Amino acid sequence: MFLNMKNEIIMNESIKVIERRDVVIRFSGDSGDGMQLTGQQFSDAAALFGNEVSTFPDYPAEIRAPQGTVGGVSGFQVHFGDNPMKTPGDFADVLVAMNPAALKANLRWVKKGATIIVNKDAFNPKNIEKAGYTSNPLEDPAASDYNLVATPITTLTEEALKDSGLDQKSIVKCKNMFALGMTLWMFDRTLEHTEALLNQKFSKKLNVAAANRKVLQAGYNYAGNVHALAVHFDVGHAIIEPGRYRTITGNKATAWGLIAAAEKAGLPLFCGSYPITPATDILQELALHRELGVKTYQAEDEIAGICTSIGASYAGSLAATTTSGPGLALKSEAAGLAVMAELPLVIVDVQRGGPSTGLPTKTEQSDLLQALHGRNGESPMPVIAASTPGDCFYAAFQAAKIAVEHMTPVILLTDGFLGNGAQSWKIPAMKDMPPIHPRVATAGEDYKPYARDPQTLARTWALPGTPGLEHRIGGLEKVNITGEISYVPENHQVMTELRQAKIDRIAAVIPPQRVIGSPEGTLLVVGWGGTYGHLHTAVEELRAEGKSVSLAHFTHINPLPANTGEIFSRFEKILVCELNLGQFAHHLRGILPRFHYQQYNKVAGLPFTVVELKETITEILTK
Amino acid sequence: MENYTAKDFKSDQEIRWCPGCGDHGIINSVQKAMADLGYPRETWAVISGIGCSSRLPYYMNCYGFHTIHGRAAAIAAGAKSANPRLNVLQISGDGDALAIGGNHFIHAIRRNIDITMMVFNNEIYGLTKGQYSPTTKLGTKTKTSPYGTIEMPFNPGELVIGAQGRFFARSIDTSVQLTAEVTKEAVLHRGTAVVEVLQNCVIFADGVHAAITDKEYREDRQLVLKHGQPMIFGKNGQKGLVVDRTGKLQVVEIGKDGITAADLLVHDARCENPSMHWMLVHMKAPEFPVALGVIRDVEGRTYDQALEEQIASVKATSPIHNADDLLNSGDTWEVK
Repeated sequence: MFLNMKNEIIMNESIKVIERRDVVIRFSGDSGDGMQLTGQQFSDAAALFGNEVSTFPDYPAEIRAPQGTVGGVSGFQVHFGDNPMKTPGDFADVLVAMNPAALKANLRWVKKGATIIVNKDAFNPKNIEKAGYTSNPLEDPAASDYNLVATPITTLTEEALKDSGLDQKSIVKCKNMFALGMTLWMFDRTLEHTEALLNQKFSKKLNVAAANRKVLQAGYNYAGNVHALAVHFDVGHAIIEPGRYRTITGNKATAWGLIAAAEKAGLPLFCGSYPITPATDILQELALHRELGVKTYQAEDEIAGICTSIGASYAGSLAATTTSGPGLALKSEAAGLAVMAELPLVIVDVQRGGPSTGLPTKTEQSDLLQALHGRNGESPMPVIAASTPGDCFYAAFQAAKIAVEHMTPVILLTDGFLGNGAQSWKIPAMKDMPPIHPRVATAGEDYKPYARDPQTLARTWALPGTPGLEHRIGGLEKVNITGEISYVPENHQVMTELRQAKIDRIAAVIPPQRVIGSPEGTLLVVGWGGTYGHLHTAVEELRAEGKSVSLAHFTHINPLPANTGEIFSRFEKILVCELNLGQFAHHLRGILPRFHYQQYNKVAGLPFTVVELKETITEILTK
Repeated sequence: MENYTAKDFKSDQEIRWCPGCGDHGIINSVQKAMADLGYPRETWAVISGIGCSSRLPYYMNCYGFHTIHGRAAAIAAGAKSANPRLNVLQISGDGDALAIGGNHFIHAIRRNIDITMMVFNNEIYGLTKGQYSPTTKLGTKTKTSPYGTIEMPFNPGELVIGAQGRFFARSIDTSVQLTAEVTKEAVLHRGTAVVEVLQNCVIFADGVHAAITDKEYREDRQLVLKHGQPMIFGKNGQKGLVVDRTGKLQVVEIGKDGITAADLLVHDARCENPSMHWMLVHMKAPEFPVALGVIRDVEGRTYDQALEEQIASVKATSPIHNADDLLNSGDTWEVK
């Protein structure tokens, strides 16, 4: 899908128009250069034009890392086109590099022949040295492999704003808009949307808004006038399923999925959380929605985050807590209390590189085993993993549904790639979402706290405030049915097995596992969670080449869909691909030991690339 | 307002505290306070952490949640924030509230969530059989301090005031009436209300409060404060408190050096400025009497009410009324 160039025509003596079905553009600069905003603005402009988009921010953990260094480079990649974008793309067709460090950090992610726009003003000896170059890379003979567009962006920005009355620092800050203007021209996108956003962002500082608009226009005009850019891309509208669309990040989709589930269940939503990268956006998004009765509670620590949510669940809310790996570790004792008390709770883990503080801003499928096993005692918990930014909405909804219908805490795994990544998303209608039936006990019934539904083994939820249902629960082992404290050996055996069976039986209500491709064949690629886009693309492309390969991508990790073993039995080989050292493979070996699982593992803080997946899969197919 | 007796709040569970444990007296006081308050039984949620004291919810005939070590304050805060109509009573010991749960303790107080926190302070870890706690007096020998502790103890009231607490009361397990009274005041107070009950562990720290509770001199070492009343104590009510010329508290005797009852300090529990409350909380026997009763009781905005008000005010002006509105808000486009 990267080389599906359809046509090239010469527009005039200097501008080549390239028609493309999809393009990858990467904005990069110092972490204070505004590259996240620039990328987001570009993505919005493309989406409003009618393209499908998939985006991925790649930024350092430091808010302002040392200026000019490779470690301080912040990037934002946008993949857009006329067909569904499953990934943000492996390699860029266009790179914007605001300084030498950005060029150095990103050149490996750029296609040969790509257009590279650099801010020539930033390529001074000091910056060149800081980036670790021994000579000016713009003068390197290797630069001729690319369509290098060295533009004095800082100078041109200063020139455009010389009469603005702004101070020098504020003027230089506008230079990202020059780069954005240039790229919008390259792809023939209008400036209106970006201008409106700038007016909104700087509504209190009209002169700053005006300056940004002026520089945006200057960049746009510059690209058009000087013909410095030898290429002009023509990417058409996407032909996709009719409906109303928007762009959405995984973290926003997670927040909205919880809001949707609360509405469907007729319960108030409560979220107790502590800020942690890359999960904080979920808490921030939920905090915005007081109008829907959402109660957010920024707790004093991760433990209080989950504990306030357990308290809210006890009191009758749909309760959630959001975190990342280190926070999940801190929450584990309290998660065990929710298992023991059998209270509904959604624990969202936006995974990042670990262990310890690890790679806070980088993605990794780091916590599968922690989610499954990271608690004291026999403490089974359903684990669900979202597969795309938009799917986070459905996965969060599903996690909440399982939690309240089965009276259990549920772990929802997303990751930094999904959480921060964005895609075009068809807006669902609430009437089409499945119902959620909370098991709330009613006043007057003969209430036994640990009496269970014969099918699901879920207990009922008696909310404090309901007359006649007064009862006590807690973290101590209890007698089945009555809930009184019990240390009787036989009872502990019974209760431990009941808690396990309750989770196992969820397999009866989750959808069967789907296979993408043929239901049988030589190789089954197995994945889970945020790697869906890359695995799907790789498998689809290999199938188009006639390879016997299919994909089983899992949302339900615990319990596994009931037909998992049957699917596995229809393939000669199974390859489990994960962004860790093989945690899902380990889980599968424990549950379905009769199969042989080969592994492809990457732990680089980065998503897979489609190219590497295709190479690996091809190699295994030919072995 | 319902007609209850203390018995209506007793559950059918057998109480398993040691014979002679101070907790027996405290639970009677709590049940008496709840009966006197007359709130419907189903509105009470008693939430505890871990420790001997934290077994209390099992013995209460109302909603109860025995949780995990140190986290009762956070769980209680969540329950109250989710449903402000509940009467949330948190039960903790000195270890539960001030060591493992210290962070949740100060932050619940800082937020002023409308819950009542009872700290049963016996200066020892009882359930784990006798290790020193954050309130154990300096130099005390316990199983984990066989040569005496070398760390300064917390005074719970000082911590409450330091965390901007607006209600603090102190009582003694054996003073069933006083404990019931201050518990009622604590529940009636809107905001986080902390009640420290000096409790005696007969097994691992017997007599730890004897300097205050011993019959021989308890009248001389206990000052039961009442809002608007002079600070008088002593066997015959002959002792009192004044402030000396340097601003420090001083014990005086009525009739001696020309002191009359009119010279004594008058307790103002509702004073916003906590300086005097801090000095009262800080008093130690035998030099001073130990302050009991409601020491500080200052109303202020509560977290749970502020949250409800914020929701109401945002709801009143937002164009988003349901999830469909939310999903379709902001930039969207139609594909035909």
